[in-house]
Amino acid sequence: MNFQIPDFVPAIPEIFVLSMACLILVIDLFVKQENRFFTYLLSQLTLVVAAVLTLYVFSGKEIFTFENMFVSDNMSSVLKIFIYLITSICFLYSRKYLIEQKFFRGEFFVLGLFGVLGMMIMVSAHSFLTVYLGLELLSLSLYAMVALRRDSIPASEAAMKYFVLGAIASGMLLYGMSILYGAAGTLDLGEIASYLSGQHGEMDVITAFGLVFIVVGLAFKLGAVPFHMWIPDVYHGAPTPVTLYLGTAPKIAAFAMAMRLLVDGLQPLHGQWQDMLIILAILSMAIGNIVAIAQTNLKRMLAYSTIAHIGFLLLGIQTGNSEGYSASMFYIIVYSLMSLGGFGMIILLSRTGFEADKIEDFKGLNDRNPWYAFIMLVLMFSMAGVPPTLGFYAKLSIIQSLISVEMVWLAVIAVLFSIIGAFYYLRIIKTMYFEKAIDTTPIHSNFDMRVVISINGLAILALGLYPSALMNLCIASI
Amino acid sequence: MGIELILFYIFAVILIFASTMVVIVRNPVFAVLFLVLAFFTSSVLWIMLEAEFLAITLVLVYVGAVMVLFLFVVMMLDINLAPLKEGFIKYLPVGVLVGFIIAVEIILVVGPGNFGLDKVADPVGHAADYSNTKELGRVLYTKYMYPFEIAAVILLVAIIAAISLTLRKGRQTKYIKPEDQVSVRKEDRIRIVKMKSGE
Repeated sequence: MNFQIPDFVPAIPEIFVLSMACLILVIDLFVKQENRFFTYLLSQLTLVVAAVLTLYVFSGKEIFTFENMFVSDNMSSVLKIFIYLITSICFLYSRKYLIEQKFFRGEFFVLGLFGVLGMMIMVSAHSFLTVYLGLELLSLSLYAMVALRRDSIPASEAAMKYFVLGAIASGMLLYGMSILYGAAGTLDLGEIASYLSGQHGEMDVITAFGLVFIVVGLAFKLGAVPFHMWIPDVYHGAPTPVTLYLGTAPKIAAFAMAMRLLVDGLQPLHGQWQDMLIILAILSMAIGNIVAIAQTNLKRMLAYSTIAHIGFLLLGIQTGNSEGYSASMFYIIVYSLMSLGGFGMIILLSRTGFEADKIEDFKGLNDRNPWYAFIMLVLMFSMAGVPPTLGFYAKLSIIQSLISVEMVWLAVIAVLFSIIGAFYYLRIIKTMYFEKAIDTTPIHSNFDMRVVISINGLAILALGLYPSALMNLCIASI
Repeated sequence: MGIELILFYIFAVILIFASTMVVIVRNPVFAVLFLVLAFFTSSVLWIMLEAEFLAITLVLVYVGAVMVLFLFVVMMLDINLAPLKEGFIKYLPVGVLVGFIIAVEIILVVGPGNFGLDKVADPVGHAADYSNTKELGRVLYTKYMYPFEIAAVILLVAIIAAISLTLRKGRQTKYIKPEDQVSVRKEDRIRIVKMKSGE
């Protein structure tokens, strides 16, 4: 048997993150509680160096290694960079909350880094096996992070629900993969694509059957209706930094997983998955936007808004052309940046023993701190899709891609639901600007958090004025 | 019908029966024992597929180690099952209906109509000197090195998660430290109170 040592160079970022996560795990054991900052600093350093390494190994070509199970291409490099960036900001925001709530534990950062590794594996996967293993690595880290606060009953409940439903979703995904493996006889996504385009209607029923389970598994992980039930409970029950982590970077990884499975592997079945995605997208936008109106808890409201945004994302993917894919990629990156800011604001307003996760906690924020109110205003405008914020261009590019494939009716539905959605985003702005503050405690936060959340909000405004840079990046990477 | 087919059907029926019983049986100890039976019969099916190594591992690792631990845990826990069974009858008709429809649909798709011998070639059996274990060992650390490493990381995360979720810091037992005991002085323990004698 011939065996060649695989090319390790494209996987250097993964190897580095893994080694550092293990190293931090050991170092954290010997660090005293008052020096826990060191663990945090090392985790941030890991993300920065990983970004440098990703840029270093980036070649602009599609490189396969590890027997074609690993692929490094433009999309994987760009998405990895955004995953590092978003996780790094997420750690930065979390630090304030973790210290205040006496919850500053090394496991949070170690599990976060392992989650990042899982996302990187998913983004670079080129085989059913690696897609699945990356997903499990990410999910397992997330389950543990949600449950990390043992004495909190809502967190334990959320972790249990997340774990059980996540396991069912993984089972669905695996079942679909095994059926397709049975038909195609290979796990390699490229070989599956060539098998599917080579056979003309012979194994149609079988492949469609496998496809259904894969789409269901994907919809579970993305949180599309009718597989969304876990999202509000988990977002609500988990500690806010974990919600922040869970609601941002993993969405990018889930997008990459959908791209790898549906586009790299199952593109020949586009006609079949297109219809499924359209149904999922319309339902998600409807349920997400309408149910969000009734929420009084901001974390829950943002959870339903996630569901609605996922509906928009699926609209871009279902077009089946590169314009739609790049619009979706743009959308998911923008969404992650916006929800980073949104959950960041909850952390910013929280203090020891007090969680600012209810909408009424934002009452009169303008009187308490006009600058924070302005940042929140930008974030909410962007989520609602009001120009000139970045969220407007994200929605616009999706709608353009729909019109270019002559699906005007879908574009109209999407616009209608965004208008319904605008109501609950604008209600927060009304609460901040036109209502009297109940709580007038001054808002304290670290210097770094104040700076980064301001940059976060301003970036959404500034990139909204010049969206072409990010858009061109997305077009170039698909 | 060959002997293999008869054996397959016998064990398949036992497997389905055992898995159903795991879910519906009342006593958790019986549920674990039925799970053992399910693992055992599926390992028989694997042997018939010439996957001896996996079959033996399933029996050794799952039946021999994991399920025994499970049994201990289940016996130690004192779970009141009545609340868990609440609503079972209420949801039963819907559950049975949905399950039945899904089962029929799956059978229609994966039945012989689509997976018959005319569609998929009959797998060729291996020669007598073929070693399943050897073949697995050949590819596990070469071709499948990358997924193998990821699986190892997943196990590491599972360990971290389990420890960080269950380890409680601080002393929970009230034991005595002899070295502190011997250094105790009279003044530390006894307080002499002057009282007037009874009048």
